Amino acid sequence: MKICEVKLILNAEVLCGEELLENEVSYAFGSDLMSDVLAFVKGKTLLLTGLTNQQVVRTAEMADLSAIVFVRGKKPGEDIIDLATEKEIALLLTRDTMYTASGKLYGNGLEGVTIDL
Amino acid sequence: MEDIKYVFEVEKDDFVRAGETSSKIKKTLRELGIDSSIIRKISIATYEAEMNIVIHSLGGQIVLEITPGTIKITASDRGPGIADVELAMKEGYSTASDRVREMGFGAGMGLPNMKKCSDRFCVTSSEGKGTYIVIEVDLKAGE
Repeated sequence: MKICEVKLILNAEVLCGEELLENEVSYAFGSDLMSDVLAFVKGKTLLLTGLTNQQVVRTAEMADLSAIVFVRGKKPGEDIIDLATEKEIALLLTRDTMYTASGKLYGNGLEGVTIDL
Repeated sequence: MEDIKYVFEVEKDDFVRAGETSSKIKKTLRELGIDSSIIRKISIATYEAEMNIVIHSLGGQIVLEITPGTIKITASDRGPGIADVELAMKEGYSTASDRVREMGFGAGMGLPNMKKCSDRFCVTSSEGKGTYIVIEVDLKAGE
């Protein structure tokens, strides 16, 4: 799914990375636990989170994630948007909750990450 | 490729700069043209190690060493050390504060994550002294 489709489905505002919206994501992962993101995410994955601190962008950078959706209308500070711009990570903001946003994306064909335990 | 060694200082409780060292290391590996799957493993393991130094230690350093076959990350700190390393290696075990948990860390996944990303992993620690972690990832033939 293209990031611009994610934007439409979630009626999301683009905080940065307009030029990245044509990029594809293959999976999505919803979590407020960054260590779990680092442990389980592979490939081109979209992160949905309610956390808005700098470590979310750092986590995305390290795990090669190309886009983050902030759920529940939680808007990160300018410093975080600047860091994501520098690291070429698209930031989107939706008023949907994690559950609703995940359901909408899944219903539109965006799969979750498989976890090997 | 010539052997390369970089040393980065990591301050305790500096949550604003936390992740900068891992970011610099990732950039260095990219510039060297290292395979992206290897960069990803090293980046994740280094970032977990860096966050551990910021969260749990009195400060320390991360050393990046690149030799023809291997990328080696050594993360060491000045204490206080881990009382029970075996327990700390268990997924879910953590001594992190609520503040750290609110930032999305402290889930007890750090050391297991580092191990998962490494081809060779070693953690030694002594209470009152400090913790010493070695993460090694092998380069593929031809790199």
